[in-house]
Amino acid sequence: MDVLLLSRLQFAVATFFHFLFVPLTLGLSVLVAIMETRYVKTGDETYLKMTRFWGKLFLINFVIGIVTGITLEFQFGTNWSRYSAFMGDIFGSLLAIEALGFFFLESTLIGVWLFGWRKISKGAHAIVMWLVAFASTGSAVWILTANAWMQHPVGYVIRNGRAELESFAAVALNKTGILMILHTISAAYILSAFFVMGISAYHLLKKQHVAFFTKSFRLALVFGLIFSLFEIWEGHLHGRDLAENQPTKLAAMESHWETSRNAPIYFFAFPDEAKEKNSTAIGPLPGMLSLLAFHRSDAEVKGLKDYPRDERPPVLISFGAFRLMVVLGFYFALVTLWGWFKKNRLVESPRYLKLMLFSLPLPYIAAELGWILAEMGRQPWIVYGLMKTRDAVSPLATSQVTVTLVAFILLYGFLGAVGYFLIIKNAKKGPVAD
Amino acid sequence: MDLQAIWFFLWVLLWAVYFVTDGFDLGIGSLLLILGKNNEEKRIMYNAMGPLWDGNEVWLLTAGGVTFAAFPLVYAVMFSSLYSALMLILFALIIRGVSLEFRNKVANPRWQKLWDTCLFVGSLVPALLFGVAFANIFRGIPIDAKGVYHGTLFTLLNPYGLLGGVLFLLLFLVHGSIWLAVKSEGALHERGSEMAQKLWPALLTVAVVFLIASGFSTQIYDNYLAHPLLFVFILITVLALFCIKVFLVKGSYWKAWFSSAITIVGATFYGFIGLFPTMFPSSLNPDYNLTAYNASSSSLTLTIMLVLALIFVPIVLAYQFWAYKLFKGKITREDLAYEEAY
Repeated sequence: MDVLLLSRLQFAVATFFHFLFVPLTLGLSVLVAIMETRYVKTGDETYLKMTRFWGKLFLINFVIGIVTGITLEFQFGTNWSRYSAFMGDIFGSLLAIEALGFFFLESTLIGVWLFGWRKISKGAHAIVMWLVAFASTGSAVWILTANAWMQHPVGYVIRNGRAELESFAAVALNKTGILMILHTISAAYILSAFFVMGISAYHLLKKQHVAFFTKSFRLALVFGLIFSLFEIWEGHLHGRDLAENQPTKLAAMESHWETSRNAPIYFFAFPDEAKEKNSTAIGPLPGMLSLLAFHRSDAEVKGLKDYPRDERPPVLISFGAFRLMVVLGFYFALVTLWGWFKKNRLVESPRYLKLMLFSLPLPYIAAELGWILAEMGRQPWIVYGLMKTRDAVSPLATSQVTVTLVAFILLYGFLGAVGYFLIIKNAKKGPVAD
Repeated sequence: MDLQAIWFFLWVLLWAVYFVTDGFDLGIGSLLLILGKNNEEKRIMYNAMGPLWDGNEVWLLTAGGVTFAAFPLVYAVMFSSLYSALMLILFALIIRGVSLEFRNKVANPRWQKLWDTCLFVGSLVPALLFGVAFANIFRGIPIDAKGVYHGTLFTLLNPYGLLGGVLFLLLFLVHGSIWLAVKSEGALHERGSEMAQKLWPALLTVAVVFLIASGFSTQIYDNYLAHPLLFVFILITVLALFCIKVFLVKGSYWKAWFSSAITIVGATFYGFIGLFPTMFPSSLNPDYNLTAYNASSSSLTLTIMLVLALIFVPIVLAYQFWAYKLFKGKITREDLAYEEAY
């Protein structure tokens, strides 16, 4: 294996692992803040217990997200130095805003929240959690804005052999970025809702701490329902943006080879990348792709064959990741809608509870699939249309990256095992008895 | 001063603040197995950094982010050429961070011993390697015109680099011991204070050797000799170093800690004042040096970032100061009884 492939694998390992924890941080911080606010407003001790219990799981998850985030920031320099030199003028300032404006706030206040129970007033303590939630979302906003620039570069000028900032506003208000932010944060909220519902379902099935977990479940259900529905509409907007700004990704995720009007959508297809066609294609819906992408069924949608072979993303992976993500997205909306009608008799609905317990990992899968599509679908570009991934990698020795890749896998494997062991252990234990 | 010079010194300042804030965490972690004689004492040491370590570590992230943003070429070359050392630091910081959160989650001595070891290694390795890395930067790194590194991890482990490693380690150990004395009572407090006093002569010796060795191994005195007024910075640093001892003897631990903080800031600036405007010198050919002028971002980016820094850094400092004040009290046995304690 060469340095390029090893570095890509290493970045993939680091990102996937980091993103197992970040979405829950984003969503659960909001849920815990809501719980604590209700405690402050109503004085109901159940909400305090909820804050404590879900807060504990939040913190175990949080620390892994934090420590794995630092390696990501530094990997741009260690493994992708040519890329860093090329677009540091744009990317770096976004990262700096993220750190100075938000990450500091999040990391400083989480310590205050954790250790400050008796040091500050109840109200202030709840506000601190809201600020943690605000700051973690703010962090995500700027990181995603940076990623959006790689998907759809704007506001730059090529000067001195690198991309230099021309309009900060254009970079900060990149439409692709705004869509990615809405999409990713909604996904994080859905994931967190399913996390809370799944664990609550576990206890409700055992008929323990019923009042506590019914309250938790209902709160998460409302949250999950709203964002699952929102995500479907938002995902559609995303597709339209791709049609405009990343046509190769759109063509790959729909396995669309020939430029055509009335472009179809397939329920299922198996692309044959060598022969440049689908070896199997089931259930084409004629005109559907044109309609979704351009709101006109006779609109022309560019096919993969219009692009040179070495500028096409991997089709099977893009197509598969997209299909599965969409199916899961609709599933989340359906089961939360169903839950809406079950919410007053949860304990009497063991089948529904079981479904929700086993659905807990699904949003994690959907979130990772989303990143596979976003990043693999952009290939061979690291910055769409501007810089290819193979031109971005650092001049390192194969041995160096091999060693660190193995170290990453071992360390993260260990960390993941311990982290989930602790989360599961504390989740099963339930709230601390009085 | 122009934008590049301003950012050069802000960049050094960010690293210095990182070393001051996280430095005592790294020091306490490195001393955990020596000073913490039993489980309770070890837990007090964990909780002495409890609410603060995470916020402290963000200074590292910011220093990295600012390197990326203000000097992309330095970021690219520095981080890829110091690849192995930096990866070791990152892995160490990962296991350090989770040790704090995980240790007290399971009441099993073997589990706790595992995380104590992780905290120790995860603190000692960065403390040492940061010093090795910075001393090597002062000395010059074998990079060619394209910024490609011609060496291995062991190239960095030259005598001057190792001396820098020992210097940083001692600075952090003293800094951590004093913090422990500030934050604890009784026997642990005594041991922290004694450790700081025991390490102080060693720190002084290594610091003096480092100042002399820098004359032979680096060119950093060129700037000082050209502008002799700059020697005042070294003087202040050395004075602060002596103040540590004075305040330790007097039992004024907060003052000793601030003196130690100033010493760390001084040690970080010492080399870069000498290097200015070079940020990452090449040992192969001075023409390959990366400087604040040939490696910086565009003026627009530097200006935007300066505005942002002027707005946000005071805010960050204000709420971090508030957090430090909130948790300035000593960790007691009662604190350990709370559910959330580490």
